[in-house]
Amino acid sequence: MTEQLKMDEVQPRLLDETGQGAITRPMDRPEGALKVSGRATYAAEYKAANMAYGVMVRAAITRGSYTVDEASVKDMEGFLGVWTDHMIRNSAQGTMNTNPVQPGLNIQYFGQPIAVVAAETFEQARHIAHALRIDYTSEEGFEVDPETASQVDESVPVDQGDLDRAMADAAFTVDATYTTKPHNSAPMEPHASLAEWDGERLTLHGSYQMLKYNRNELADSLGMDAANVRILSPYVGGGFGSKLGIAPEAIGAAVAAKALKRPVRCVLARQQVFQMVVRRTETRQRLRLAADADGRLTGVGHDNWQSNLPDEQFAEPVTAATHFLYGGENRRNAQSVARLNRMASGSVRAPGEAVGMLALENAMDELAEATGIDPIELRIRNIPEIHPESGKQYSSRSLAQCLKEGAEAFGWQDRQAPKARREGEWFVGMGVASAARTNILMESKARVTLNPDGTALVETDMTDIGTGTYAILCQIAAEMLGLDPSKVTVMLGDTDLPPASGSGGSWGAASSGSSVFLGAKAIRARLAERLGCAPEALRLQDGVATGGNNRRPLAELMDGPLVEEGHIQPGSKSDEMAQASYGAHFAEVAVNSVTGEVRVRRTLSCMAAGRILNEKTAASQVHGGMVWGIGSALHEGVEHDHRTGHVVNDDLAEYHIPVHLDAPRHDVLFIEERDDHANPVQAKGIGELGISGAGAAVTNAIYNACGVRVRDYPATPDKIFPHL
Amino acid sequence: MKITLSVNGEGRSLDVDPRTSLLDALRDHLDLTGSKKGCDHGQCGACTALVNGRRINSCLTLAVMHEGDEITTIEGLGEPGALSPLQKAFVRHDGYQCGYCTPGQIVSAKGMIAEFSNGWPSHVSEDLEAVPDFSEAEIKERMSGNLCRCSAYPGICAAIRDAAPDEGLGEREAAE
Ligand code: FES
Ligand code: FES
Repeated sequence: MTEQLKMDEVQPRLLDETGQGAITRPMDRPEGALKVSGRATYAAEYKAANMAYGVMVRAAITRGSYTVDEASVKDMEGFLGVWTDHMIRNSAQGTMNTNPVQPGLNIQYFGQPIAVVAAETFEQARHIAHALRIDYTSEEGFEVDPETASQVDESVPVDQGDLDRAMADAAFTVDATYTTKPHNSAPMEPHASLAEWDGERLTLHGSYQMLKYNRNELADSLGMDAANVRILSPYVGGGFGSKLGIAPEAIGAAVAAKALKRPVRCVLARQQVFQMVVRRTETRQRLRLAADADGRLTGVGHDNWQSNLPDEQFAEPVTAATHFLYGGENRRNAQSVARLNRMASGSVRAPGEAVGMLALENAMDELAEATGIDPIELRIRNIPEIHPESGKQYSSRSLAQCLKEGAEAFGWQDRQAPKARREGEWFVGMGVASAARTNILMESKARVTLNPDGTALVETDMTDIGTGTYAILCQIAAEMLGLDPSKVTVMLGDTDLPPASGSGGSWGAASSGSSVFLGAKAIRARLAERLGCAPEALRLQDGVATGGNNRRPLAELMDGPLVEEGHIQPGSKSDEMAQASYGAHFAEVAVNSVTGEVRVRRTLSCMAAGRILNEKTAASQVHGGMVWGIGSALHEGVEHDHRTGHVVNDDLAEYHIPVHLDAPRHDVLFIEERDDHANPVQAKGIGELGISGAGAAVTNAIYNACGVRVRDYPATPDKIFPHL
Repeated sequence: MKITLSVNGEGRSLDVDPRTSLLDALRDHLDLTGSKKGCDHGQCGACTALVNGRRINSCLTLAVMHEGDEITTIEGLGEPGALSPLQKAFVRHDGYQCGYCTPGQIVSAKGMIAEFSNGWPSHVSEDLEAVPDFSEAEIKERMSGNLCRCSAYPGICAAIRDAAPDEGLGEREAAE
C-alpha cells in the first residue's frame, strides 16, 4: 500500500507526540563503523570478474573537430580498444533527466571528454590514454573571455518600481561591484563508474547524488530504455553539486563495457574532475542599495554577469536570496550569461546564495558603515513583513532571533570601530552576515517494513553524500515506529528501490524524510486498527503498542511483516508561502598589518531550519558550510587560461581549499523551530544554509579589522596589504 | 615484478607492474580499499598509510620500492566491533561526513601522534628543542596534509584530542 501526501495543507506535528526520543538527538551515524574502518565501499572499489580498466581522454584544443588514431596505440601492451561513441560534452545539470549535449566529434572547450580507452590494467590504460594520437582540426573564432563575449543572453527577471529614482532620492546609498572567481566542488572522491552489461541490461556502480534522474540521463545518453539501467551508489564520497548529473566516466565505462562484453571501471583523474564535470561560474555583481535616513531600504538592485557553454540551460541563480531577504519597494535584477568555450557551469554547493550572498551581505555591511547603524540592527530593521516581490507570507522565519542570539553568544558587543583593535602586528575585527536559503520540497518515495521481532527496514534510492541520510531516515522511522534506532536498517542508493528526491538543493532530508514518515505513519494506522484504537490514540514505544486501554508488544499484534510505501509530493504550500531557512554567521579575523594575511580566529553560526532531525549531523553540515564560506572568502578560485580557456589550476595543490589549519573554532547554535508549511516533518534544508553568507562574515570582519573593503573575492593578501 | 609486503602484520606476495603505486597495489591487488585515492598526486592525504610506522602518501610511492616493508592501513587499525580508540572517537565526534577522506585522516593521526610523542617539532612549534604541547594549533598544522572537502575538521580535531592518550601519546619510541 502507498500512503500519499500532497503538501496542500498544514500537517499535525506528529513527531512531537510520538515520544520515542529518537528524533533530533545527536545520534552517531549508523554507518560510522564502516566508514572509519575503511569498510564502506565507494564506486571505484567494486570489482567484477574479468574487469577491464577505462581511462577518459581530454581534448587539447578549444574548438574544432577530431579523430582518434587507433593505430597509434593498438600495439601497446594491454590495449583493448578506444571509443568515441555517445560521449557527453560535460555532466548533466541537476534534475535534467535527459542526456547532456552530445557533440559527436566536435570540440567546444579545452578539456572536453572526447574518448575512452580500455586496457587490461589501470597502468596500461593510463599510458595508452596519454600516448593516443588525436588528429585535430582547429576552428578559429572561439571565445573564452566573459568581458568581451559576443553572444550574451540577457534578461531582467525583476523590475519593480523605479530603482534609479530610489537611488537618487535615498539618504544613503551603496553602489558597488563585487566579483567572484569560478569554483570547483572538488569532492574528495573523484567520479567513478563500474559498468557491467548483462545482455541489454546495464548495472552501474557510480558515485551520484540523484539516482532516479541519473538513470534516465545515462539511458538517454546511450540511447537505451531506462528500465534496463540500474545504478548503485550506497556510499558517495562527497558531491557538492558535481555528482548531480551523469558524468563523462559513466558513459565511457558503459560504452567500453558494451563493446568489450566485459565489465569496465573508469575513474576520473583529479585533473579531469576539474576540467570536464561542471564548475561554478565566475560572477560580476553590481549591488545597489537605497536607504532612508533610518537605514530602511527603499530600493535593492542586484545585477549579475556570468558565463556558460552554449546550449546549457543552467544559470547560477545569483539573486536567489536577494528576492526575499530584505525589504525595499523598488527592485531590479538583471542577468547576463556570456556564452563561452570554457567548461560548463553548473551547480556547486548552494548555487546562487553561495556567491550572491557574498556580494549582498558585503553590501549590507557597507550600508551599515554608511548609515552608522550597527550591522545587526540594520539587518533586523530591514526584515520585510511580506515577500517584497511576490507579496506572499513567509513560513517560519527566525532571522532576527538568529542575529540576536548569535550576537550574544559570539560577544558582538565587544566589536570596535575599524582598525581600533590591534594585537602586535595583527589587526583584529568581527563581522556578521545573514544566511538564507530557499526551502524546497521534492517528490520522494520510500518503503518501510516493520517486522514482528521489532526491527524495521527503510528502503529508498535516496543517497547519503555525507549529509547524514542514513542517520536521519533511521531516526524518523525509529521515532514513528517506537523503536530504538539500533533496530532500524536503512538501505540506500539503488535504483531498484523506490525513487527518492535525491541529494541536492538542500531538499533531501526533508523530502526523503517525509516519505519515510508517511510509510511509517501508514504502518501506525494498521497497528492502531489491530489494537482497536484510533491512530491518534496509538502510542508506540520500545517495541510496545499502547492505545484504547490495550497494551501489546509488537510481536503479538503482528503475524508477519507490515510493509508500506510513503510518497510525498509538493503541493500548493510550496507556492503559497515564501519558505526558506535562515541564520546568522559571525567571524573574528586577524589581518597581518605587514603582509595582509588573514587568519580566521573563531566563528559562530546560529541557524534556524525548522525541526532539526539530528543535531550532530546537522551541525556537521553547518561546519562544512562555514569552512566553504572561508574558502570562498579567502582561497578558492579556478583560473582559466586567457588564450585557450582551459582550467590552469586543475588539482588540489593549485586549487586551494581550506585545510585543517584554515578551519578555526566554529560554534553552531540551533533555534528551536517547526515549519508547518514545509512538509509533515516540519524540517527545512540545512546542507547549503551553512555556506550562504558565511564568506561575507569573513570579509566584513576583514573590513572591521583593518579598514580594507575587499570586493574582489577571494581576499588574498595582494588585495589587502597595498591598502593598509 | 614479484614482491612481498607485510600488510597489517600479514605477509602478502603479489606480482605488480613497476608503475603500480603502493596505493593501487593495496586497493586493486590486495583488495584493501580502505585507503582512498583522492588525487593520486600527493595532494590530499586520502591514501595515507604507515610504512614501517611512518605516515606516507601511498599514491606517491611505487609498490616495488617496498619489498619487505611493514605496511599498516586503516583495515589494520580496527574493524567494526573492534574499533581502535581513534576510530571510535571519529564516530563519536562526527569527524567525517562522506567518509572518503576518513581512513586517511585516521591513519595520518595515528602516525602524527607517534611523531609528536617522539618530539618532532612542526611549523607552529615555538621551540624546536622542547617537547611541544599537544595543542589545537599543533594538531591542525600536522594534519593539514589531509584535506576534507566535507570540512569535518572540527570533529576530526576533537576526535584526535580525545583519543590521543589511548593511542600512545607521550610514549617515545625506543629507537628514536
Ligand atoms: S591520493 Fe595520495 S595524496 Fe591524494
Ligand atoms: S568526510 Fe568527506 S571529505 Fe572528509
